[in-house]
Amino acid sequence: MEIDSGNTAWLLISSALVMFMTPGVAFFYGGMVRRKNLLSTIMMSFVCLALVGLIWVIYGYSLAFGNDTAGIIGGLNFLGLSGVGLEASETYATTVPHLAFIIFQAMFAIITVALFTGAVVERIKFSSLLVISALWVTLVYCPIAHWVWGDGGWLYNLGALDFAGGTVVHINAGVSALALVLLLGKRKGFPQNPMEANNIPLVVLGASMLWFGWYGFNAGSALAADGLAANAFVTTTVAAAAAAFTWMIISWIQRRPSVLGTVTGAVAGLVAITPAAGFVTPMGALAIGVGAGAICYFCLLLMKTRLHFDDSLDVFAVHGVGGIWGAIATGIFASSSVNGYSGLLEGNVQQFLIQLLAVAVVAVFTFVMTIVIGKIVEKTMGLRVSSQEEVVGLDLSQHGERAYGGLLR
Amino acid sequence: MMKKVEAIIREESLEPVKKALEKESYFGMTVSEVCGRGRQNGIKLQWRTGEYCIDLIPKTKIELVVLDEDVNAVINAITANARSGEFGDGKIFVIPIERALRIRTGDRNENAI
Repeated sequence: MEIDSGNTAWLLISSALVMFMTPGVAFFYGGMVRRKNLLSTIMMSFVCLALVGLIWVIYGYSLAFGNDTAGIIGGLNFLGLSGVGLEASETYATTVPHLAFIIFQAMFAIITVALFTGAVVERIKFSSLLVISALWVTLVYCPIAHWVWGDGGWLYNLGALDFAGGTVVHINAGVSALALVLLLGKRKGFPQNPMEANNIPLVVLGASMLWFGWYGFNAGSALAADGLAANAFVTTTVAAAAAAFTWMIISWIQRRPSVLGTVTGAVAGLVAITPAAGFVTPMGALAIGVGAGAICYFCLLLMKTRLHFDDSLDVFAVHGVGGIWGAIATGIFASSSVNGYSGLLEGNVQQFLIQLLAVAVVAVFTFVMTIVIGKIVEKTMGLRVSSQEEVVGLDLSQHGERAYGGLLR
Repeated sequence: MMKKVEAIIREESLEPVKKALEKESYFGMTVSEVCGRGRQNGIKLQWRTGEYCIDLIPKTKIELVVLDEDVNAVINAITANARSGEFGDGKIFVIPIERALRIRTGDRNENAI
């Protein structure tokens, strides 16, 4: 097919927008840890741009989008981007250069790894995290991306709907966070000592960068500069606004309208609309956003204050639970008027069941694989820093730097 | 008669020390973030290339004023919770207090602490 200049321009801009989300995650998470771990937390996200970026062009893209083997994994035909050129692919995003499509996809792999680091901050060994990340992209992300988006992928063939990566990115990252925390354990002093956020404005900055970049993530996933992209753009805005507002109101009823809570709500809304952005109407997005704000809020409350589960920056509660809600909600609210797919509200029970199946399969596969990868790294190089290094902080002990100079830090 | 107990401890010892003092019902205190040096070596940091040394290390200072007879209990509570055995555990100074006054009520000396 002919290269379309409008589509190409939009996809390249969208790739840059999604790239900007990874430093967004870095600040979003960085602001929430204690001062002594600020740099290390930022580094855990930022390094994904380097590590996963390389893996993606060397073999990651090929494993996810190469020639299909049994619906499970892609082949090695795109190794080192061989055969990926200035012309359009015959299969994926057929109106833009193939190179534009692979770099758009690269940003998704990068941010997915950055997302789960939020669960393990303030105690994981940096070297171990790098090894876990490399193995995880290879053995978890690439297969699941292939199942859901790859030509011949089994969930794709089954008809599972995932517009921009609710399953591949968010459920995947959220469930992995859960698995890693189970292996790694709590931070020293949790929950009896306060673990106060060092800089909430930094969290707001990061959340704002995420919201901004999410337009590339969702509207870019239309893979064209068209009406569907505009629909995704609007539903993304509506869901984020609805979830932020819902979270604020709930926190107000319980105590005060929290800033940290409101921006977290916005992120939960963005997560939930991700799989649905190109299948639901703006009013469907509103319902999904309200649901995301409420469900994630109470899930986080349960995990942190009742179960004392130290998923430090709530990756499971926001991305795992928000992603699961979004994938299921896609099966409820999908409207044939948008993209030709119907959900439960239009009487399509089968779509709803397929969504449930996709959620369950991805969650179980990711959980088991992450536990296996984590165990291997635990046995060979260890997962945690020493108790003394944890007390001093990871900025000094892992990176030999500190976030702020001066007499008092 | 009253004494001020001034303890310079590791930052991470603050929570356990605070809890131990509270348990012995020494509730009031002033806490500040300070920087200083003793026998603990400095911390090496790295710049883009090469490294430099921070020889003033962040510590936490606790100050509380107590009756003479309470000084030993306070010192014990602090040392028991701030000692790791490594260089850098900190120091405690005991200083006589001449007068004390509670601003709100005008209470003086023993009644003011």
